[in-house]
Amino acid sequence: MTALTPVLSSRWAEPRSWTLETYESGGGYVALAKALKSAPADVIRVVKDSGLRGRGGAGFATAAKWGYLPPDDGGPRYLVVNADESEPGTCKDVPLLMASPHLLLEGLVIAAYATGVRQAFIYLRGEVVHVHRRLLQALDEARAKGYLGRNILGSGLDLEVTLHAGAGAYICGEETALLSSLEGYRGQPRLRPPYPAVSGLYSRPTIINNVETIASLPGILGRGAAWFASMGTRDAKGHAFFSLSGHVNRPGQYEAPFGITLRELIQAAGGMRPGRRLKFWTPGGSSSELLTVKHLDVPLDHESVGAVGSQLGTRGIQVFDDTACVVRAVARWTDFYRHESCGKCTPCREGTFWLTQVLDRIEKGKGTRADLDRLLETCTSIRGRSLCALGDGATMTIVSSLEHFKAEYAAHIDGHGCPFDPRQTALFSSPGAKEADA
Amino acid sequence: MTYSDEARARLDKDAQRILARYPMKRSAILPLLHLVQSEEGFVSPDGIAFCAETLDVGTAEVSAVATFYTQLRRRPAGEYHVGVCTNTLCALMGGDAIWEALRDHVGVDHHGTTRDGKITLERLECNAACDYAPVVMVNWEYFDNQTPESVKELVDDLRAGKDVTPTRGADKVCTFKEVSRILAGFGDGRANEGPSAGPASLAGLETDGGRKGAAS
Ligand SMILES: Cc1cc2nc3c(=O)[nH]c(=O)nc-3n(C[C@H](O)[C@H](O)[C@H](O)COP(=O)(O)O)c2cc1C
Ligand code: SF4
Ligand code: FES
Repeated sequence: MTALTPVLSSRWAEPRSWTLETYESGGGYVALAKALKSAPADVIRVVKDSGLRGRGGAGFATAAKWGYLPPDDGGPRYLVVNADESEPGTCKDVPLLMASPHLLLEGLVIAAYATGVRQAFIYLRGEVVHVHRRLLQALDEARAKGYLGRNILGSGLDLEVTLHAGAGAYICGEETALLSSLEGYRGQPRLRPPYPAVSGLYSRPTIINNVETIASLPGILGRGAAWFASMGTRDAKGHAFFSLSGHVNRPGQYEAPFGITLRELIQAAGGMRPGRRLKFWTPGGSSSELLTVKHLDVPLDHESVGAVGSQLGTRGIQVFDDTACVVRAVARWTDFYRHESCGKCTPCREGTFWLTQVLDRIEKGKGTRADLDRLLETCTSIRGRSLCALGDGATMTIVSSLEHFKAEYAAHIDGHGCPFDPRQTALFSSPGAKEADA
Repeated sequence: MTYSDEARARLDKDAQRILARYPMKRSAILPLLHLVQSEEGFVSPDGIAFCAETLDVGTAEVSAVATFYTQLRRRPAGEYHVGVCTNTLCALMGGDAIWEALRDHVGVDHHGTTRDGKITLERLECNAACDYAPVVMVNWEYFDNQTPESVKELVDDLRAGKDVTPTRGADKVCTFKEVSRILAGFGDGRANEGPSAGPASLAGLETDGGRKGAAS
């Protein structure tokens, strides 16, 4: 049994956990003071030795990403924290920022010091107003205490941090779209290369990291690379949030080492709903291929999940039991991608539209067998032909659900309707819903 | 522009504080759009003109940006924005049933506003709270683990002018205009209200494994 490893969440249960006072009383900003006493190159080496990989979805090695920054030319370079958290199933950064905003700020100053940045931005989705309040206050507290601003802790480091509210657009979580949005344009992706590390915000070198990535830095610098690397698997080191939602008894945030399995996580979450069995799940949000009961013991690290044809992604694990209709689930996710497609390239804009049309008629019992081929063809024309990963993401649950649950699509077509009762899928009992048959 | 002199002076002052946060002026466009929403409750033609003037860009450019983002409203809407998450996870956990019950109860559809100007309904995409499904947002504050009954009561209270308290948020839900001002980057002194975390956020801490494995 893999033990959970609450690190970032370890102090969330404390009263007023969000204040600087509480954060400092638990040893907050000590790692920063320590980091500022070593050279920036040494900080980068500790991050490299820790094996930290980005927590925003792609799992790119953090120190390697920083290493792509060109040598200092005297001009500005920027650090942008990606706090747009909008991938369906992903719900870790928002509770982190609500409970412990200083964890992010401490990590941010460490990252800025290591990379030579003097101006940072936090791009926070707009639809979470209380998180804005907590971060605004934390920024004020940190400035007043000299953790931000000029000559931080007497080290000579100057750093300004601007909190920037998004305004509702999933695509702005994609790093190049985020930069367009932050520059004041429509949030549409840009072709890479050039990568942001070379030419990002205002065409200057820019590092973009996820909230959880940055918030992991105080622990790594405070307790050391070896401590961090002692958790996890060979290629995926450390602790990470596994966000469990859906038909488990205790949905929530489970911080664990990479390599934990869904079986272990479901056990920690008190099992499935009484009398129900696991049917399908997303390992990494809705932009990852669906897995099934066959995959309960797959170690949850990037390589192992990749080996079974999916992606670890954001670790937004959405769990559905045998009352859930996979066609309904996939149709709804696809509608999300249609709604959020930025419209810049044709395969994604047109493709997601067609996919929703076809899925909608299958769900309503008006589809044909030929529609199943049509779905796959459309997915093929989107995958790899879109400008950004949103287009690819739209196809993941469609293709994988057709692989694992083709018979269920056929049942909708042949039976001219959905064989499931949505009242049984809901978490509250509605009048007329059948009792769960144990 | 039809802003009163007083309003215009206030907006100008706030706009200068917003501009000071950015190395390049144009980056201030989203906070400025949130700011004009805090004045009128939506992005009006006056609001667009104000942003354009402040940033030295054309009004068409500001409109092109404003129409890209779903939180920016193009026409007057309710004092309380009530959003029901109907992305897959919430939808299947009961969000669809909540949406239907609410729509029938209030009598307006997606993006509709009640005649008393109190409530605007919207179906939302995932709001980063799937572990609290089904989720409802009122003026972007969390109402976790909802049911059709709880949500009907919630809108009845809002329409009756009663204060309502989010699950994880301030002590009471503020108006849409007040909330827009926070998104423009101006705190309202309510950061210390509400809990650190809800029960689902703490779930991993409260298992045996979590206590035993606590790496601190
Ligand atoms: C459509 C789309 C949405 C994304 N949304 C987010 C997001 O909300 N938060 C995030 O950190 N990364 C998101 N990403 C990934 C970012 O592009 C980027 O890889 C990440 O922020 C890098 O941070 P990391 O290296 O620390 O993981 C998204 C990517 C795509 C394609
Ligand atoms: S793939 Fe979709 S979201 Fe990405 S750039 Fe193309 S249209 Fe926009
Ligand atoms: S699906 Fe509703 S909050 Fe994520």
